[in-house]
Amino acid sequence: MMTQMMLAFRRYSAIGPLLVLLVLFACLALFVPDFAGARNMRGLILSVSLVGTVTTTMMLVLALREVDLSVGSIVALAGVLCAVVISDTGSVALGIGAGLLGGTMVGLFNGVVVAKLKINSLIATLATMEIVRGLAFLVSGGQAVSIPREDFYVLGSGALLGINYPIWIAILCFVIFGVVLNKTVFGKNVLAIGGNPEAARLAGVPVDRVRITVFALQGFVAALAGIVLAARITSGQPNTSLGLELAVISACVLGGVSLLGGIASIGGVLIGVLIMGAAQNALNLLDVPTFYQYVVRGGILLFAVIVDSARQNRWTPASFLKAR
Amino acid sequence: MTAPILQFTDIGKVFPGVVALADVSMDLGRGEIRALMGENGAGKSTLLKILAGEYRPDSGALAVDGRAVAFNGPRDSASAGIAIIHQELHLAPDMSVADNLLLGAYPGRLGLVDGRAVRARARAILARLGEDIDPDAKVKTLPIGKRQMVEIGKALLRDAAIIAFDEPTSSLSARETETLMRIIRDLKADGRAILYVSHRMEEVFALCDSVSILRDGRHVATYPDMRQTDPDHLIAQMAGRTIADVYGYQSRELGPVSLELSGVTGPGVKQPVSLSARRGEILGFFGLVGAGRSELFKLIYGATPLASGTISLDGEPRRFATPRHAIAAGLGLCPEDRKDEGIFKLAAVRENITITRRNMETAPLIRRQEESGRAEKLIGSMRVKTASADTAIGTLSGGNQQKAILARWLDADARFLLMDEPTRGIDIGARSEIYALMYRLAAEGKTLLVASSDMPEVMGVADRIVVMRDGAIAGVLTREEATPNELLRLALPDGKPVGAAVRI
Repeated sequence: MMTQMMLAFRRYSAIGPLLVLLVLFACLALFVPDFAGARNMRGLILSVSLVGTVTTTMMLVLALREVDLSVGSIVALAGVLCAVVISDTGSVALGIGAGLLGGTMVGLFNGVVVAKLKINSLIATLATMEIVRGLAFLVSGGQAVSIPREDFYVLGSGALLGINYPIWIAILCFVIFGVVLNKTVFGKNVLAIGGNPEAARLAGVPVDRVRITVFALQGFVAALAGIVLAARITSGQPNTSLGLELAVISACVLGGVSLLGGIASIGGVLIGVLIMGAAQNALNLLDVPTFYQYVVRGGILLFAVIVDSARQNRWTPASFLKAR
Repeated sequence: MTAPILQFTDIGKVFPGVVALADVSMDLGRGEIRALMGENGAGKSTLLKILAGEYRPDSGALAVDGRAVAFNGPRDSASAGIAIIHQELHLAPDMSVADNLLLGAYPGRLGLVDGRAVRARARAILARLGEDIDPDAKVKTLPIGKRQMVEIGKALLRDAAIIAFDEPTSSLSARETETLMRIIRDLKADGRAILYVSHRMEEVFALCDSVSILRDGRHVATYPDMRQTDPDHLIAQMAGRTIADVYGYQSRELGPVSLELSGVTGPGVKQPVSLSARRGEILGFFGLVGAGRSELFKLIYGATPLASGTISLDGEPRRFATPRHAIAAGLGLCPEDRKDEGIFKLAAVRENITITRRNMETAPLIRRQEESGRAEKLIGSMRVKTASADTAIGTLSGGNQQKAILARWLDADARFLLMDEPTRGIDIGARSEIYALMYRLAAEGKTLLVASSDMPEVMGVADRIVVMRDGAIAGVLTREEATPNELLRLALPDGKPVGAAVRI
């Protein structure tokens, strides 16, 4: 009976985060002036669109029992590539294509290293995080690369039905990857591999192919986010999005994605992103100095990981003793 | 006999869907060697885990030396003077024998370890065991029998008054077994109480003073004197029924040869293996742990690469680079380790059944309704006991998990089934059902390869038995030729039976 309940709890893991989000929003609306205003809400959602876009694929990576630390660097590289190619060729389409291609190649590389060379993804993507950041500086010559094309900025500042394009793109990613996770054989295979890689292999799941595809998708989506960011700030910045990977992973874990793989829900991830965004937004409204914001962000991450760990039922006294 | 040093009183333990122990009461005296016997799933390991402090009993009480004890973990059990020598030894392979012996009880002060004292104490303990082991040798360089001595040395060092052995001889040679029995007799002479879990009748009758039998989680009988019983009687007590009832073997018409191996070698299969199996046949594979049965199955299944040889299905040579290729050709594997290699414990029973077929088809989207329909039909026809198709498979009993994995292969339309230890850890009722399913599948014309270290099981279900030893085929026996002695003669390294490894 207990096990049944535990398993149910672990499968429907988005309920906890939803409660946290509702309580958080209620408290902030009550106690933080201007928080609940429509203007602030729009700003809040725009501010999380970058993290939100990247979380949709990070969810798949974590569900696979892997991690990708290189996303921040891919965002920077894609923005810089896009900017350089647009300034050199004058073609927006070529620039966007170059950025997407660059990001996808990095993701593909990560995937092959993890799947075929059997390198731990934490280490493999720590390496590519450094390499790709370096490439971003090399491609840009260490400077911000401005983009002299007004029509490209539209991607960052334009709006449809009163909603900015960056938000539309994030929404699109949530819809697409929500369907991928829940309705496709591929998505179920991701969960199966994350839940039990050897059983998946023996059951006929094409494990390597799924792993490589997930990392490639992560690269593509991070690049997409990087190009949109470049359009918002009208330039390619090689030093942008430092530490983005941590915000993205935090949001996923807050949303109930297990670091042990096999468990993920798109709704949970959305909630996790909003929790992160709301906390950040409230700190800004309250004029809390940046230094404290680091502490709060770290605290939220720690909280999320502790909750994840407790949910995995590894905290019974017996298991604690056993571990020693 | 003096007052008992260890008392179990009405111990009960329930896991989801299984009563592991019910009202088990038994006493153990000082200087007594008590055999604890029972078939797989009878509750022996659960009782040992309760003794070790790994599980807490749901009901009942445990007393050591007349005092009630409640263990919150293995440390409590150890400090109550209990030591368990497990089948898999808990040693640090890269550390020295002396370090392993004294780990956690290093002599020294201020956190500094006194290396000389460590070696001296280690040497003293090893001398007491009468064992010639270098205290500086790394544990991984020792043969398995000597490692076990190190484990016993640890128990002595802690001055454990109660020592439980969990199938200690399962991977020992005949000589190592003799040494172990001598040491256990010494421990008895010291006044220590020994609980000895084993399937081997000969050992039990040679070594033990008394025997307790568990069946389906219940204490069936205790004989304070071994002379009150005999092996046949014990087997009947353990099974609670005759062997024929459990296996219910049904003979079949066999079809043409469907699976043929010739000269197959690879990791764990050292000598070329050539054999054939026919449609409708259940081909048993018997051998000791490490004989190469699982390894051979993984080779056939494409899970490990073939070094040489060919595999033919229905007369056509095939080459499987991955399990996917093998599955596409009609193979299916029920792995030995269900938990780590078979099931996805958080996923629904339905998902666990349909995962293979959906991966063999090309449609990218899941057809939920169609899959549910198929899964539910299989759950019904194979009598998988589950609350619903959407229940997480991790909550089911081992037998029902195994049936779900079999259902996976029926769903994928497998024609060749490789079943590795198909009933390990499965209670007796579910085992009979699984055997019945095996006969049904064979009767439908499928070819079943069934590996088991459970001799009566292989003898009970297989049409022919391939005996493996040390990564090679030692012999192939027909049902009529397969006697326990013949099987053991082929399976044991020195060709001499040590004791009948009887498991029902």
